[in-house]
Amino acid sequence: MQGTVTQPHVSSGGNIRRGITRARIVGTIGIIVATLLIFAITSRVGADKVSVLNIPQPGAPQNQPLFRIPLPTVATVVVIQGLLGVAGLYVALRQPLRWIAAYVSAVIGFAFFTILLWAVAGSSVDLVDVLARVVRLATPITLGALAGLICERSGVVNIGIEGTMLFSAAFGYIAAILTGNTWLGVLAALLTGCLVSALHALLSVNFKVDQIISGTVINLLAVGVTGYLRGGFISPYEQSSGATLTAQALPGLPIPGLAQIPVIGPILFNHQPITYLMLILVFVINLLLFRTVWGLRTRAVGEQPKAADTVGIPVNRLRFWNVVASGLISGLAGAWFSLESTFRFDDVMTSGRGFIALAAMIFGKWTPLGAFGGALLFSSADALQIKIQGFNFGLPRQFLQMLPYLVTLVVLAGIIGRARPPAAVGKPYEKG
Amino acid sequence: MSAQQPPALEVRNITKRFPGVLANDGISFTLEKGEIHAFLGENGAGKSTLMNILYGLYAPDEGEILINGRPVTIRNSADAIALGLGMVHQEYALVDTLTVAENIMLGTEIVSGPLLDERRANQRISQLSREYGLQVPPDALVQDLPVGVQQRVEILKALYRNAEILILDEPTAVLTPQEAEDLFRVMRSLVARGKSIIFISHKLKEVLSIADRITVLRRGRVVGTALPHESTDRTLAVMMVGRSVVLTVDKDESQPGEVVLDVSNLVVLDDRQQVAVDGVSLQVRAGEVLGIAGVQGNGQTELVDAINGLRPVVDGRVCIAEQETTTAAPRHISELGVAYIPEDRKGTGLVLAYPIADNLVLSTYYRSPFARGMRILANTIEEQARKLVKEFDIRTPSIWTTAGSLSGGNQQKIIVAREFSRPIKLLVASQPTRGIDVGSIEFIHRSIIQQRDDGVAVLVVSAELDEVLALSDRIAVMYKGKILAVLPQPEATRERLGLLMAGITDEHPSEEKVNGSTG
Repeated sequence: MQGTVTQPHVSSGGNIRRGITRARIVGTIGIIVATLLIFAITSRVGADKVSVLNIPQPGAPQNQPLFRIPLPTVATVVVIQGLLGVAGLYVALRQPLRWIAAYVSAVIGFAFFTILLWAVAGSSVDLVDVLARVVRLATPITLGALAGLICERSGVVNIGIEGTMLFSAAFGYIAAILTGNTWLGVLAALLTGCLVSALHALLSVNFKVDQIISGTVINLLAVGVTGYLRGGFISPYEQSSGATLTAQALPGLPIPGLAQIPVIGPILFNHQPITYLMLILVFVINLLLFRTVWGLRTRAVGEQPKAADTVGIPVNRLRFWNVVASGLISGLAGAWFSLESTFRFDDVMTSGRGFIALAAMIFGKWTPLGAFGGALLFSSADALQIKIQGFNFGLPRQFLQMLPYLVTLVVLAGIIGRARPPAAVGKPYEKG
Repeated sequence: MSAQQPPALEVRNITKRFPGVLANDGISFTLEKGEIHAFLGENGAGKSTLMNILYGLYAPDEGEILINGRPVTIRNSADAIALGLGMVHQEYALVDTLTVAENIMLGTEIVSGPLLDERRANQRISQLSREYGLQVPPDALVQDLPVGVQQRVEILKALYRNAEILILDEPTAVLTPQEAEDLFRVMRSLVARGKSIIFISHKLKEVLSIADRITVLRRGRVVGTALPHESTDRTLAVMMVGRSVVLTVDKDESQPGEVVLDVSNLVVLDDRQQVAVDGVSLQVRAGEVLGIAGVQGNGQTELVDAINGLRPVVDGRVCIAEQETTTAAPRHISELGVAYIPEDRKGTGLVLAYPIADNLVLSTYYRSPFARGMRILANTIEEQARKLVKEFDIRTPSIWTTAGSLSGGNQQKIIVAREFSRPIKLLVASQPTRGIDVGSIEFIHRSIIQQRDDGVAVLVVSAELDEVLALSDRIAVMYKGKILAVLPQPEATRERLGLLMAGITDEHPSEEKVNGSTG
C-alpha cells in the first residue's frame, strides 16, 4: 500500500504546480460562471431582443444621445462569455500566474456587464450614467481602503473603520443640522474620525490591546451610540425644526469645460466634493507611501519594526499618528454617507462598506492604486444592483443585493493571489 | 589634539540588573582607535546586554560611557548613531521588502523637496561601497540577497551614518568560511581607515585570528583581557567557562550496523513552492553519525522536515527501519523510533507556555504509562519530569516552570531529554546546539555520541562546521538542494568542506559545470 509514490515525474528547478492549484480553481470557476450565464441568457431571453447602450451628450436631453449602441442581447453575451470560458480553460491548463488577477477581474466585470445587458434586453440604458455611479459609489470604499492601508502599512490592523465611518457620519450630520452649514458638518466628521481612531491607536499601540478586539469595540460602540443619538436626538430635532433645516447635501461641482467632454466628463468631472477628494487622495497617498520619508518609514515600521527602531525611528509614535491620520480619511468617508450621497442619517447607514473597504485593500495588495481598483470592482456591484432594480427581469432583487458581498467573499477566499500583508501587522511593538 | 589620544570608547563600571539576574556587573573596558576588540563569552554571559546598553536599547543602572574621552548619555539608538556608533545585529535589522538603498538610508533619508532623492542616495552608497570594498546592488530587494550580501548592507548602513565605532554581534554565525574571510578583509580595511570595531563571537579560532585584543565575559563580569599572540583556544575556553572544556568530542571508531534511514532521490519543495531538496539520496546506518554540513538555506530544513513527515514529498522515497515512510504521518514516524531535535527550538521543539513537565512528555503523553484511555496520569508525568530534570541536568527552579522562561541551553536539554527518554532507532538532530552555552553544547554532544554507541543511527544537520566535524563519522555537504559529496570524517578538512559549502567541487569539474549552468 505504501509501495508507490504518487506524482512520478518532476521538472527539476522549475515551478511545479499540480493538484488543486489556484489557477485551476480560478479557471474552473470562470468556466462555470460563463456556462451558467450563457445558459440563463439563452433560456430566458428571446433571440430577437436587443439591448441598447446609450452614450449621452453632456448637457443635451436624454433622448438625444451622442451614440446609440444596439447590441443583440443573446449573441453578445454568448460571444463574450464564450471567450471568457475559453480563457478560463487556458488559465486552468497553462496556469499563467501573472494573469490570474486580471482574469478574475474580467470574469466579475463581464458578469456584471452581462447582467446589465440581460436587464435591459428590449430596452435601453445610459452606460455613462452607470459608470459615473460606479465612481461615486467607490468613494467610501476607496477612502476606507486608504485609511486601512495607512494603518496596516505601519503595522496596525484597523477593522474599526466601519465604526469610525458610522461615528463620523452621525456627528457630521448632527453638526450640519445644528449649525446649518454642511461644510462644518464635514469638519466635525473629520474630527470625529480622528478622535475615534485616536481611541483605537491608544488601545492598540500604547496599551497593546489586541487590535482586532480594539477595532471590534469601536464597531459595536458605533452602532450603539449612533443608534441612540438618532432615536434620542436626531429624529426629535428634525421633527421639531421641521422645514426650517437650512443645510443640505454637499453640492455637485461639475468642473467647467472638463465636465462637457463626452463619456469622460460625466464619469470623472461631474461629482460632489468628497468624490473628487477621493480621486485625488488615491494618487497623493500613493506618492506619499512610495516616494517620501514618511512613506518609507511607514513601510519599514509595518514590516520590520525592530529594524526601524535601531535606526532611531520612533515606531510606536509613528504608528499612533498613522492611525490618527487614517481617522481623517475614515471621517471623510463617513461624511460621504450622511452629507454627500444623501443629507440624512440612518441607523447603520454604512452597511458594511468599512469591511468591504478592507477587502478592497487586500485585493489591491496594500497599494493605493490597487485598492482603488478593488473598490471599483465592489462599487460596480453596488451600481449595477441599484441601476437594474427598476427593471423587472429573471434575477430576484435579493440576489442582486447580495452581489457586493458575494464578490467580497470570492476575493477574500484568496483567489486573487496570495496577498502578503505587511509582516508586522497586528503585532504590538515592544522594545528589547 | 593632545599627544595622547583618548580611546575611541571607554566603558567604566557598567552594571545592569534585570528581575532576578545581574546581567552586567561592573564591566569596564576600552576600545582604542583603529582597534579590533573581541568579546568572548557564553550565551548569557552578558555580551548582548552590554552591546544593547552601548547602542541605547537599555539604560545601565550604574556606570559611565566615554566617547573620545567625553562622558556621554545614550538614551536611544538615535543618540548612539549621532555619537558615531554603528551596530550590526546578530539577526539583521533589515526590512526584507525594501531595496538595499531604502534600507541604508532609512531613518537618515536624503530628500529633495518633499520626495526621497534616490539618485543621490545611490551615489553616496556606491562611493562607500568602493571605499571599503563592500559590493552591493542598490536597487535589489533585500529579501532576494544572500546573507553575506545582507551583512554588507548592514555594515554600509552604519558607515552611511558616519559610524566611527562598529559593533559586530556574532557576524560570522551565518557565513561560509569563505564569506567569513571576506568579512575579515573588510574589517581590516575598516580599521586601516581609522574605524574601531567591537567584534562579538564565541568562535575561538576566529577571535584569535582577527582580534587585536580579547575581553572575556562570564556571568556578567569581565574575567580577563588577553592578547591573541599570548593565547590559545584552550586558554580562552577555560576563561570563558571557568573550567576546561572538551572542544572535540571523545569518541571511538563507529561500528556501523544495518541501514536505518534510507533516502532515495528525494525531491521536496519549500514554502514558496520552489524545489529545495533536489534528488537527495543518503543512508544512515545504526551506530554511525552522518553529518550534513552546508550554509543555511540550502535545503537542509526541508530535508529534515520531509524525513519527519512534516512536509510533503514530491518525488523519491524515505524508508526508516525497512518501512516506507514517504507519506507516513509524523506520529507514525515517531512511533517507529525516530527522535527529532528540531532546529526551531521555540516554535517546533517546545510549547513555551507549558511547564517543563508537560514538555517532557510531548511525544508520549497519549499512551502508557502517561495516559490510560482518555485520562492523563499526572503522577507518572511528574515522576518522569523529576527523573529527567535530574538526569539531564536541566537547571530550573521547578518542573512546573514554563519552558519559555528557561535559557536556550536548558530549553534544548528539555528536548534532548524528551527524545532520548524513549527507545529510539534513528535520531535526527537539526542545529542541535545553536545559540546555547558551551556547557550545554558539551553535554548534548556527549549525549548524541552516547546514543550512537548504543546503536542508534544519527543524522546531524548543522551550520557549524566544528560541530559537524566533531560529531560525524561521515560528512555530507549540501548545496542548492543537492548533496555534493559524502566524505569520511578523516578526509573532511575544513578547507575541503568550505569549498564544497560554496558549491565548488574542484575534484569533479564535470559536476561544477552542471552546477554552473543551473545555478
